Amino acid sequence: MRKILFESLVTDPLTERPPSPDDAAIAELAAAVDRAARRRLGRSLAIREVDAGSCNGCELEIHALNNAFYDLERFGIRFVASPRHADVLLVTGPVTKNMREALERTYRATPDPKWVVAVGDCAVDGGIFAGSYACVGGVAAAVPVDLRIRGCPPTPTAILKGLLALLDASAAKNPERSSKAGR
Amino acid sequence: MATLIETISKGRKVESHRPWPRFTVDAGTWNAVAARLADGQATLAGLWGADDDVHMAVVDAADKALAVVSLDCPQGTFPSVGRVHPPAIRLERAIADLFGLLPEDAPDVRPWLDHGRWGVRHLLGRRVDVADAPVDYPFLGAEGESLHQIPVGPVHAGIIEPGHFRFTANGETVVRLEERLGYVHKGIEALAAGADIAHAAKLAGRTSGDSTVAYTLAYARAVEAALSVAVTPRAVWLRALMAELERLANHFGDVGAVCNDAAFTLAHAHFGILRESVLRVADDCFGHRLMRDCVVPGGVAIGLDDEGAASIRVLVAELGRRFPALVELYDNTASVKDRTFGTGVLSQALARQFGAGGFVGRASGRDVDARRWPGYPPYDELEFKVPVLSTGDVNARVWVRIQEIDQSLSLIGQILDRLPAGAARVEVPRGSGEGLGLVEGFRGDILVWVRLGGGRVERCHLRDPSWFQWPLLEAVIEGNIVADFPLCNKSFNCSYSGHDL
Ligand code: SF4
Repeated sequence: MRKILFESLVTDPLTERPPSPDDAAIAELAAAVDRAARRRLGRSLAIREVDAGSCNGCELEIHALNNAFYDLERFGIRFVASPRHADVLLVTGPVTKNMREALERTYRATPDPKWVVAVGDCAVDGGIFAGSYACVGGVAAAVPVDLRIRGCPPTPTAILKGLLALLDASAAKNPERSSKAGR
Repeated sequence: MATLIETISKGRKVESHRPWPRFTVDAGTWNAVAARLADGQATLAGLWGADDDVHMAVVDAADKALAVVSLDCPQGTFPSVGRVHPPAIRLERAIADLFGLLPEDAPDVRPWLDHGRWGVRHLLGRRVDVADAPVDYPFLGAEGESLHQIPVGPVHAGIIEPGHFRFTANGETVVRLEERLGYVHKGIEALAAGADIAHAAKLAGRTSGDSTVAYTLAYARAVEAALSVAVTPRAVWLRALMAELERLANHFGDVGAVCNDAAFTLAHAHFGILRESVLRVADDCFGHRLMRDCVVPGGVAIGLDDEGAASIRVLVAELGRRFPALVELYDNTASVKDRTFGTGVLSQALARQFGAGGFVGRASGRDVDARRWPGYPPYDELEFKVPVLSTGDVNARVWVRIQEIDQSLSLIGQILDRLPAGAARVEVPRGSGEGLGLVEGFRGDILVWVRLGGGRVERCHLRDPSWFQWPLLEAVIEGNIVADFPLCNKSFNCSYSGHDL
């Protein structure tokens, strides 16, 4: 173990330079953030991930955000275990009818201000599962959606861009934000 | 004593079914096959419905034969296999939900995939429209002093798929775990019915996202068998190359995740780096990090140039250099071993009864691997070992995966050395027929059965290895502490989506 730790000290970090936030995503968000602009968020986002029927491909790439290359936490973005601690719900999957109630209850359990990000083609409009008897067909059919990130699955970079846009859009609307602790 | 084939050949052989035989039998023979399963002479490989029929894929232990047995159910009922052979119970509950075909004298008649939310019942068979109302779902009881229940899910604390776990515990010790699944049922088989062959391939590749190569391969092999399509040598080898890369990525990710659940984040971080490096090379070579939609009926939809092949060689060399240090790290860290040793033991008897595939079965003494038997090309020309251990604990499951990583690294090297040139895709004719595909995904054997008619899929059944692993997770957690559940669960890593369909 000592050798591995030592090697980590002397080699450069693997972490990538941050991608620039997605312009389309910023435009979509500006509207959403208006609603909550007066709230103080701080440059920090707590995310609760909800799989609402995904094939698990989207989860794999969301997981990848935590690896050494993308290192999500350096942006102040982190995953939390409870919707009660979350600012953002990151929802994947076409929303199966069997998961709809659980998603709605998770949404209600998340305190305001909150944002919902639909991750992946399925979450955006049902994707390949649209029209199934067992699917609602996209997150927006169950809860209001603020940001859509396409892809099957979207790459970690695409998800990261979307989340950074979420942070930037809220910062632009609310320059004197301080830490979330005061909320 | 008659062999399986002798027993079932009393029925009528279905000529259009390939490559393994299918026989339509009467209820007596159906029960005789169920009895073979019950005495352990045969292993259940699948049980599914199609219109008004039920089909069961069976592997016979003695004559190493694989066959499908079918029974007509004009009355809408069939003799329950689960009555004598518990691994069939959940499959029969799914058949009842989707087709309205009822297993007679079944031990458990609760719905399984159907939570009462679809507004319709038995969509694939005897369809009835109903109102959307959650079904009443009584959990199994547990009796004794000072027991309490802990309901968990469907939404879990981590970034994982949804399902409900109902623990009954005495203090910290789990007395009973009952799973309730079906939350991610998307209706994949209904979407595939009537779809064209190419579209159904996409659905197959989205059954369990982590096994997209293995699923598309199993589906493509079933379609190619049904239509007697011979794919080119280059396609065969490129498919195996991608399948081994997929196995590597999943094994790296999951071994790291097990370490993480034992609070060993250093190993998690390093395994995560290895996983990511595999995905990046896959992206560069094949245009998609998970290699989705790369395997198609008729061959592969991608190419691999010399530069790509060279980058995979560099990757394999780099992984081969870094991996041993991580194995040592896992093996020499007492705090992790303390968590994984002797935890979540799966007995060999249960693994055998359920026909558990993959590292779950192999860590509990089952010497099985679909690449070796029934086998498919190019693995007959490649050298590899199938690691088998006997202790059946979390550590054994991790070790089988560690050894499989070594095997996959070697396989990738062999494949690149011998990758044939030439075309990588042939035309798939429009035609009719039935085919079965059995492929070893990282999690175990994936079975796909198709019935094609006039260039379209009439019926496609996809059976995830998890069907025979999920029930075993309930057994291994018994007597363990609640806090070890995440570790046990991760060491199985069953697919929710692959199971729920
Ligand atoms: S968008 Fe693609 S990867 Fe994500 S859940 Fe849907 S099918 Fe799976």
